[in-house]
Amino acid sequence: MQLAGRVATITGGASGIGRATALLFAREGAAIALADLKTDAGQRVVDEIVQAGGRAFFESADVTQSADCQRLVERTIREFGRIDILFNNAGIIRRATVLDLSEEDWDRVMAVNVKSIYLLSREVIPYMQKAGSGTIINTASGWGLTGGARAAVYCASKGAVVLLTKAMAIDHGPRKIRVNCICPGDTDTGMLREEARQLGESNSSFLAESVKRPLGRVGTPEEIAQAALYLASDASSFVTGTALVVDGGGLAGSV
Amino acid sequence: MRLENKVALITGGTSGIGEAAAELFAREGAKVAITGRNETRGHAVMARILESGGRTIFLRTDVRKAAECQRAVDETLRSFGRLDILFNNAGVFFPQTALECSEEEWDLQIDINLKGTFLMSKYALGPMIAQSGGVIINNSSGWGIVGGDKAVAYCASKGGVVLLTKAMAVDHGRQGIRVNCICPGDVDTPMLPEDARMRGLDWKTYLTGCENRPLGRIGTVDEIAKAVLFLASDDSSFMTGAALVVDGGGTAD
Repeated sequence: MQLAGRVATITGGASGIGRATALLFAREGAAIALADLKTDAGQRVVDEIVQAGGRAFFESADVTQSADCQRLVERTIREFGRIDILFNNAGIIRRATVLDLSEEDWDRVMAVNVKSIYLLSREVIPYMQKAGSGTIINTASGWGLTGGARAAVYCASKGAVVLLTKAMAIDHGPRKIRVNCICPGDTDTGMLREEARQLGESNSSFLAESVKRPLGRVGTPEEIAQAALYLASDASSFVTGTALVVDGGGLAGSV
Repeated sequence: MRLENKVALITGGTSGIGEAAAELFAREGAKVAITGRNETRGHAVMARILESGGRTIFLRTDVRKAAECQRAVDETLRSFGRLDILFNNAGVFFPQTALECSEEEWDLQIDINLKGTFLMSKYALGPMIAQSGGVIINNSSGWGIVGGDKAVAYCASKGGVVLLTKAMAVDHGRQGIRVNCICPGDVDTPMLPEDARMRGLDWKTYLTGCENRPLGRIGTVDEIAKAVLFLASDDSSFMTGAALVVDGGGTAD
């Protein structure tokens, strides 16, 4: 077990990549503090972990709110005594050009995808400093490294995540806190189907486009979770400030 | 064991990162063919793996020579029956500006670091495609992403390795082949003190410079080997064409 005795806080843990990561980290021995707005789905993930013999709790939290972040971290410390791993994974997408994008949607995407990382990290880092180590993993995106069509605010937010990751790695490396991000390509999650809906495309035509990459398929949440496990575990002890691209070759070049 | 029943071929396996990867892969259940130019060191690594119950062969190979690369792949197949993982790790480094680097030294670095990666991949891909799957991991460098002082041929070769990695990932993804590279920062290999010596710097001054990165230290060969293991194993099944930076934050700024 690669995370025995560790405590992980995971945001956006009710579905998709967050859910797969919570289940994997729990199997690897970590206690899980799971946060999401989706209470029922989040509680089901926690139930699944507990039934399998793991330790976990669900906290309904809006990670764009400072008070919610504070409450989540306080409960994690109260119940598990420490935080070794913070997986900032909560994220949303709006598929629109800047012309079609409302100011409300801009603010919301930036708050969920970027500001939440700042809000939660500043609560968690003092505990990691006290413990003398810690690892923070942020979910960025392939579209944090290159642009995509009708995804202006998503690209802006994920580009910000990549550089926030590097800046935090520089600031907190001396205190043995590692900060990295993952840049997934299209992955089989609810967000992918939500994108098809927003673009007014059928799931099948959207998927046909998504599989156009060297490996010829979209990823599974479990495959992204394995990348998060690598970054969370001691196997990556010399890795910080990195953007780990997990995208079936999507960014390597055109097929 | 994460590499059970897998067969790996590791170039430059007689010291440093290659040696650490060979020992880690063997512990994870892989049969390991190691290549190198130094027979004495190669036999020493082989002996250690055999002693701890692993299966391994040493193949004296100069990766600049096509015939020797072909032979390394053939011998691996003859001994172990298949080839799942190729770790193109052999590399050399001379600290030189363009003014200081002779044509011979340029050719040597480009041929071992870059052309050797091409040649070994060329001969390994056939059997991998025939068995409908395989993984190639190339050893690039932080200096394959950003420039460094007095390192023209090395930077050129390692930048070449990053893009050769992506190009091969594009070409062979549909054939079930994943191709990725690692970009290590300064690591405790024999290359490091050798670089200090060639630059005429005392070790302590040199090391202080190397440690000037967010994690405040150089890496260990085992830490790099674990990154290679991640890319070699099924844990990275959706990764191809990626450059995995393992540098203590050295290129974050």
